[in-house]
Amino acid sequence: MRRYLFIRVLHSLITLLVVSFLVFGMGRLSGNPLDILLPEDATEEQYNRLNQRWGFDKPIVVQYWKFIQNALQGDLGESLVKPDSAMELVAERLPATIQLALFSLAISTIIAVPIGVLAAVKRDTPFDYFGKIIALLGQSVPSFWLGLMLMWVFAVQLGWLPASGTGSFKHMIMPAIALGWFQVAAVMRLLRSSMLDVLDSEYVKMARIKGLPERKVVWKHCLRNAAIGPLTYYGVIAGILLTGSVITEQVFQWPGTGLLAIEAVRNRDFPVLQAVIIVFAGIFVACNLIVDILYAYLDPRIRYAT
Amino acid sequence: MDAILAPEKPWYAPGRLLPRMRSIRRLPWAPIILILALLVVPAAFADQIAPYGPKEGGLPKRYLPPVWDGGTSEHILGTDRLGRDILSRIIHGARVSVKVSLIGIALGGFIGISLGLIAGYFGGKFDLLIMRLVDITLSIPSILFALVLAAAIGPGLSTVLIVISYILWAYYARQVRGEVLSIREQDYIARARVTGASDFRIITRHILPNVINTIIVLATLQIGFVILLEASLSFLGVGIQRPSPAWGLMVADGREVIVTYWWVSLFPGLAIMLTVLALNLLGDWLRDRLDPKLRQI
Repeated sequence: MRRYLFIRVLHSLITLLVVSFLVFGMGRLSGNPLDILLPEDATEEQYNRLNQRWGFDKPIVVQYWKFIQNALQGDLGESLVKPDSAMELVAERLPATIQLALFSLAISTIIAVPIGVLAAVKRDTPFDYFGKIIALLGQSVPSFWLGLMLMWVFAVQLGWLPASGTGSFKHMIMPAIALGWFQVAAVMRLLRSSMLDVLDSEYVKMARIKGLPERKVVWKHCLRNAAIGPLTYYGVIAGILLTGSVITEQVFQWPGTGLLAIEAVRNRDFPVLQAVIIVFAGIFVACNLIVDILYAYLDPRIRYAT
Repeated sequence: MDAILAPEKPWYAPGRLLPRMRSIRRLPWAPIILILALLVVPAAFADQIAPYGPKEGGLPKRYLPPVWDGGTSEHILGTDRLGRDILSRIIHGARVSVKVSLIGIALGGFIGISLGLIAGYFGGKFDLLIMRLVDITLSIPSILFALVLAAAIGPGLSTVLIVISYILWAYYARQVRGEVLSIREQDYIARARVTGASDFRIITRHILPNVINTIIVLATLQIGFVILLEASLSFLGVGIQRPSPAWGLMVADGREVIVTYWWVSLFPGLAIMLTVLALNLLGDWLRDRLDPKLRQI
């Protein structure tokens, strides 16, 4: 187990290093990075200051080392359009994104678990087909469009929910559904297939023979065992939700990190974008790492394989 | 298995006509018709069937509603901010989707298949290095990659294609490598080697034809995903740029005016949804037919 843990952590660190190198390298794709890092109307003084601070006159390896050093100290440069540093801006916006992601996770779980369980119990009935249709739609509906259509129906036509912005609980419902829609399909499918396996097992037959009520057999004995697979998948979802937030936040003008990234691309604010990417990649990699460790903990076969 | 053992009879043999008809009827017609109607025919004949050009419009005709909502029959699905016909733009937009997905999958597929063949066939250090690269690629979120690339080299078609091939190659490489690992151990490969065939010849003549089924299934399943990805990137403003009639862009055009002019976003989004749905259905069907091994994924 310790060896497995070591290898996994090492992989995560390597991935992060590659991400940092990608971000660093792309800032230099179009020649002098100052062209990207500075606005077009930058003064000579700004130019020289940044040149000195990031050492663009030095060899590329030295520059990368400096970049990593600064990044490790939480210094990813200053925003070109706002007076704050890039890290401050990300830290300011991150709570909104995490709040939305968590809420979305909760909503999609509430929707997906009953459908997934019932689809397995009532296999090959109209209910199961209904579940299949939802799963298919989950893969096919573009989330940005779903968000807009929710907005049109529930905010414009029915007037039940506010169209965009933030503030109350009601503001969160539509963005959370649009964000979690894809996950509903994924969790549902996973849960259905693991429920089918469990329903077929000996201990479930035993529970039934004992005369337990069917409700208890399904929701207690089966679900508890079937949930392990989908549960570990939640780490992956956390990562997907974070990046998906870029799209959803743009649709609903939700003031989170994703919207910050889009604004940064628009304003050519490369340091801020850089900071968002590195923070997101960090969270993404950490989530994957947690999932892998959880998996190894729950399923010993994995840790002996490596 | 039966197909291999029993020699294939010509389809025109009298006894075979009926089963043949039956198997034609068993094709997944609904998705095929949808794909033809929404993607293939519009992309091929956009200039002939679209009532207007994609950039043709006029401010007096801006935001005309669809025909059943008080619009005119000249613009069945209404018009957008610049008075351009939405139906015509959707038809022309199919071209963008087809172009992007074909080039993207070809690029990503070529890189991924080549590296997968190398990793599986030669093994050792190549395998280790390539598979590590696959892991890293898959652990970098695609949208984030697209944002950085768009900021660095500017948004546009090339950005979209780079992002797509960057994401896809890893899937191909992983899948192909897995297949090659088992094919490599077959007797006919050893025999080819004994007769003095070069590595290149063994890979291209003996291994590649055996993984082609998997590749076809994977590619079909990915067209929908790629169309969705391109639409998302264009919607965010880091993909295809205006005034191109890319579907994602058309949805984005309607975002600001969803309160009053709902049709601007609704119809292009429907086109995306139905196309991707049909492609997924067809991909699932093909997968079950050609490559049952993949059913797990």
